[in-house]
Amino acid sequence: MRVEFLWWDGCPSHPEALAELRDVLRSEDLDPDLIERREIETDEEAARERFPGSPTILIDGEDVIPHDDGEPFSLTCRVYRLRDGRYSAIPDPDDVRAAVRQAKENR
Amino acid sequence: MTLAIRAKAPKFTLPDTEGRDHSLPEGRVTAVVFTCNHCPYALAWHDRILQVARDYDDVRFFAINPNDAERYPGDSYEAMRERVERDGGWPLPYLHDESQEVARGYGAKTTPHVFVLDAEGAVRYAGAPDADHRDSGLEAAWLREALDAVLAGEDPARAETEPVGCSVKWRS
Repeated sequence: MRVEFLWWDGCPSHPEALAELRDVLRSEDLDPDLIERREIETDEEAARERFPGSPTILIDGEDVIPHDDGEPFSLTCRVYRLRDGRYSAIPDPDDVRAAVRQAKENR
Repeated sequence: MTLAIRAKAPKFTLPDTEGRDHSLPEGRVTAVVFTCNHCPYALAWHDRILQVARDYDDVRFFAINPNDAERYPGDSYEAMRERVERDGGWPLPYLHDESQEVARGYGAKTTPHVFVLDAEGAVRYAGAPDADHRDSGLEAAWLREALDAVLAGEDPARAETEPVGCSVKWRS
């Protein structure tokens, strides 16, 4: 399984998001060290990587939270919704876990 | 640099989403919240801040959006107007700091970044609304503590906290 963690240093959410991603992988008997971390540093890079904001987590190339088609690719903090509807700067760990399990089933 | 505690806050006049100008009042405790439309931290704390504005009738509240709308169109004046209209109105005016001079004057770093001013216009609290943007149960406790103290003529127990959120988007 390929797990990519894309982040921008201008948004303070990435350390917590990475820690939660590592916890999810551990809880699914996967090695947290398999995470490929990539820092996005310019708007050009954001456009090239189709980066809708920090953090973005890809599992086997698929965004764990599909983003809207109209969402611009730029250096920004990404807006997530928790499962109870609240806004968050970090994806809901249960959504990340669901994406990991789906990727395991697809193998 | 963020205004120091007890520094006099700069006066301002800025338009709200209806085009009406608002100025920093004299002789009244005031809360100034730099915020925006596009940042998840600002969105997560938004309802808590609005509830504080509803709960403190004796305090004047302002929300100010200082972000560069050219790079972040979600923070344009039009987008601000649409958001307030969509919400059916806010209990505090949402002001547009197009020149970014007010944000620079306060030394706002993030959205949100909260300032509480006493009746003489001096900064008595600067920082985050509370300890965790994801815990709505905290109810903007640091902001409330600061307001309670200033209204009682006392120093807030926590005069400064680290603001947490998206960096203010300055024009390049």
